[in-house]
Amino acid sequence: MRVAVADYGAGNLRSLCAALSRAGAEPFVATEAGEVREAPLAAVAGVGHLANAAAGLALSGVDEALRDRVQYERPVLGICVGMQLLFEGSDEGGTGLGLLAGRVTRLEAVRVPHMGWNTLVVRNDSALLTGLDGADVYFAHSYAARPADTDVVTAEVEHGGPVVAAVEEGAVAGVQFHPERSGPVGARLLANALAWSRSV
Amino acid sequence: MVKKRVIPCLDVAGGRVVKGVRFEHLRDMGDPVELATRYSELGADELVFLDITATLEDRGPLLDLVDRAAAELLIPFTVGGGVRSVDDGLALLRAGADKVALNRAALEEPDLLSRLADAFGSQAVVCAIDARAGEVVTHAGRNPRGRDAVDWARDAVEHGAGELLVTSIDADGTRDGYDLELTGSIADAVPVPVIASGGAGCARHLAEAYEAGADAALIASIVHERPERLPELKRELAEDGWPIRT
Repeated sequence: MRVAVADYGAGNLRSLCAALSRAGAEPFVATEAGEVREAPLAAVAGVGHLANAAAGLALSGVDEALRDRVQYERPVLGICVGMQLLFEGSDEGGTGLGLLAGRVTRLEAVRVPHMGWNTLVVRNDSALLTGLDGADVYFAHSYAARPADTDVVTAEVEHGGPVVAAVEEGAVAGVQFHPERSGPVGARLLANALAWSRSV
Repeated sequence: MVKKRVIPCLDVAGGRVVKGVRFEHLRDMGDPVELATRYSELGADELVFLDITATLEDRGPLLDLVDRAAAELLIPFTVGGGVRSVDDGLALLRAGADKVALNRAALEEPDLLSRLADAFGSQAVVCAIDARAGEVVTHAGRNPRGRDAVDWARDAVEHGAGELLVTSIDADGTRDGYDLELTGSIADAVPVPVIASGGAGCARHLAEAYEAGADAALIASIVHERPERLPELKRELAEDGWPIRT
């Protein structure tokens, strides 16, 4: 399956593309709205500030392409800052895609960034998370999504209180952790994501 | 709850893993990505590649290594050693490093931390602090800098460092245990994760570092000698009740 990995000019997409290839997909780095709109699955990754990511996506029109996809129920997977982008905006600054209701706020914990391996607690049935309840995955972030509708939360982890680790609503899904850096468990997530995107 | 991490550190020079005594008599230990993959399979939570090449005119081999590691590794990795400028740091992050570690350059110009954090986020910026008796040192310990390590740790975090790699330069290589006073006083002073480094000899030493407040412990010689020691260490720590990824 071809997977468009949206490139907005920041960060390195090599590890995600390599991980998607290992999961059996044919990933390609997409810089144009058209290719993001057409692919069977579109992934948005990223690190750093949501504002930078949002500005980069707007520059190429990829933001509109992602919204169009969701309108036509074509799957979109957000990873790390890419998951945060699915929401309306961040306290750090920047407007998100608004595909899910809620905002992104700074983590409140003894240690921020939330860095390292943490244990997923699956909250809602999700094809994306099959076999991942209780598994450890890798996080590296200082901000986290606070969905307005808690029904979209499919998994949480504990770090100074519950932290949203995965969300899903229709054709929109996101994970706060890094599947491409989460060993065999991360590989399972990506394989699940490919299966999920076929079924959406 | 976030797990306590065990992080093997690989010294590299010219794109190869090397082993030596005080940066001399370097022996070629093999390909970094192959060794890193082995550690990953044995349960390493993360890896650090430290470029110990004294002069860095030619960063080509290091960038090639980062590029390959980004594609092939299934766990995160930090690259440090000789990161002197924002461009150095950006080049490593753009090549696919999950984090870059800055040491002396950040001490001399803390703004480097901010600029890298602005581009890639604090979670990608590690400040490495070498200390002796609570004082910051550079040049492998030869140059005392007259700066209190805890004070510099606070300042580095203010400037955007998202993690601190705290090395006791005298404990390094001794296998007598980490400098717990240094580790603890810095972990108490900052809100970011702290990696204890220098002196690991056995599982108890890692447990002591966690007890002192470290989130992660760097290990080198004890696993380079016998990589199978890594899963043993993690099992011993888990049996001791520490939250460890197994």
